[in-house]
Amino acid sequence: MSRSLANSNASSQSAHRLAMGLGLTYMSLLVLMPIAGLLLRSIQLPPGEYLRVLQAPETMAAFRLSFGHAFLAALFNTVTGVPVAWVLARYAFPGKRLLDVWIDLPFALPTAVAGIALCTLYGPHGFLGAPLAKLGLKVAYTHWGVFIAMSFVSIPFVIRTVQPALLNLDPSQEEAAACLGASRLYCLRRVILPELLPSILTGFSMAFARDIGEYGSIIFIAGNIPGETEILPLRIVHALECYDYAGATVLAIAMMVASFLLLLLINLLQKRQTS
Amino acid sequence: MKLQTAFFCILLCLTGLLSFFGCSDSEEPSALSLLNVSYDPTRELYQALNKAFVEQCDHEGLSGVVVEQSHGGSGKQARAVLDGLEADVVTLALGYDIDVLCSQGHLIPADWQSRLPHNSSPFYSTIVFLVRRGNPKGIADWGDLIHDGVEVITPNPKTSGGARWNYLAAWAWAERKYGSEAAAQDFLATLFSHVPVLDTGARGATNTFIQQGKGDVLLAWENEALLVLRDYPDQGCEIVHPSLSIRAEPPVALVDANADAHGSRSLAEKYLNFLYTDTAQAIGAAQFYRPIRPEAAAAEDMARFRPLAMVSIDDFGGWSAAHAKHFAADGIYDHLPRKRNP
Repeated sequence: MSRSLANSNASSQSAHRLAMGLGLTYMSLLVLMPIAGLLLRSIQLPPGEYLRVLQAPETMAAFRLSFGHAFLAALFNTVTGVPVAWVLARYAFPGKRLLDVWIDLPFALPTAVAGIALCTLYGPHGFLGAPLAKLGLKVAYTHWGVFIAMSFVSIPFVIRTVQPALLNLDPSQEEAAACLGASRLYCLRRVILPELLPSILTGFSMAFARDIGEYGSIIFIAGNIPGETEILPLRIVHALECYDYAGATVLAIAMMVASFLLLLLINLLQKRQTS
Repeated sequence: MKLQTAFFCILLCLTGLLSFFGCSDSEEPSALSLLNVSYDPTRELYQALNKAFVEQCDHEGLSGVVVEQSHGGSGKQARAVLDGLEADVVTLALGYDIDVLCSQGHLIPADWQSRLPHNSSPFYSTIVFLVRRGNPKGIADWGDLIHDGVEVITPNPKTSGGARWNYLAAWAWAERKYGSEAAAQDFLATLFSHVPVLDTGARGATNTFIQQGKGDVLLAWENEALLVLRDYPDQGCEIVHPSLSIRAEPPVALVDANADAHGSRSLAEKYLNFLYTDTAQAIGAAQFYRPIRPEAAAAEDMARFRPLAMVSIDDFGGWSAAHAKHFAADGIYDHLPRKRNP
């Protein structure tokens, strides 16, 4: 980085400007402008509207469900994703390439397809749903359905962020730790995990963000009952379909602010870890 | 890694090619093409009607007519048209969703519903119960839906036109049965506590009931229930007719602003008038919609429609009043006490 800056001449500087300009334009068109539009709409609303929408018990319940389950699902994917990334980075086994491609499938699969597939699997007569129902555990059409769908769509994030970090890990550090008499577990805890933590946090926050916004797959497998299994994005859709644009805007703004604060918090945590 | 890059490049090229051909294929709206934006369970009906309409146009020497259809929850479809989906005609589940095109978008005149006969509804339907083989829960009327252990499937009245008809039919029955509005409200609160899933549209609810096997009774459009009996004979579902239901009129309308912009007004008017012809009425009856002129339909099609006591939307003071009272933000539906299913 510093070398390229030192070498900078006129042509590389104009290239630098061009890249910067392109990046900013692109960001503005695709991200900032829609959000600015939303903000503009939101400041035109009387404060009474905010109270009306946010105070409704169903809204509070939807907040708890969306954010709570997104957190749980992201946590679940972090706990299971790190070992998967480990396996993919450290071991060679037949079918590894296939598994590697498979992991990205939830990215590519239309969420509606994922929702229907999960619903068929976990439904009352499904392959997994029927035996689980016998045990008294209902998954489809309950809040567990929300958790399952969220976990499914955010599987790749932690794996995909941790895998390259593991591959870049210098083996000499582990060897040094082993030579100094560290046990395997101690080495994992004190040498490897601290190195991985920033990428784990990145993966976690991306999974979390994805889960908060997920709509397509969840509405198939959740019961969508207001106050129980209704996620926030669905509440926004409902408000829109009743032509309640003000209500939809309030919910969207509230969701955005909450997501932004949480992601900011995770980013700060990550900064502290890396520094 | 190289392999992945190559794979990615190929995928990119394919996507590019597809979108390229996709673009060159799409047609500009023209005087000879119509877009009919309709609600959820009318796919089969309009497929059949559009085919007959195009054939009739061919006969009259007007070739090259194309009618495209779009389906989804009624409210969502109305909003799509408001937001710029260029529908020449709309055929939605309830009058309110078309009223909105006038009140919020000024796309059609306020008197749209009186421009065509029978409240602009060439067909109507009603709400019936679909139960499992042999009716194991012994459901005969609305009151049986709130017995212990009965699971009721209906879409969400917030998003689905069919669900609003379900809701209003239940309300009408309860109000007459218990004699007061408060009691009707209580009945609906109990009824919705028996609903484990609220799908966004009628077709979604049918899928939950049939494909996922969820629930004991589906509150459905009669046309949807008859379609299920035809398409899933091995499920052995049965239709139960409640003692009182509602005359569910899904109206049709020309979207003036769009049709004029496309120059398709005369074709669109021809299309809507076609829905009232003998041919179209017979097709409607064969597709399980009650025709307004039964004499045009085949006798065996008409035999499926059981006479049934029905209220109409006028008993609720029309759609604007019914919407404001029941379904608008902070309406009665929003404030139904949420009871837990026992």
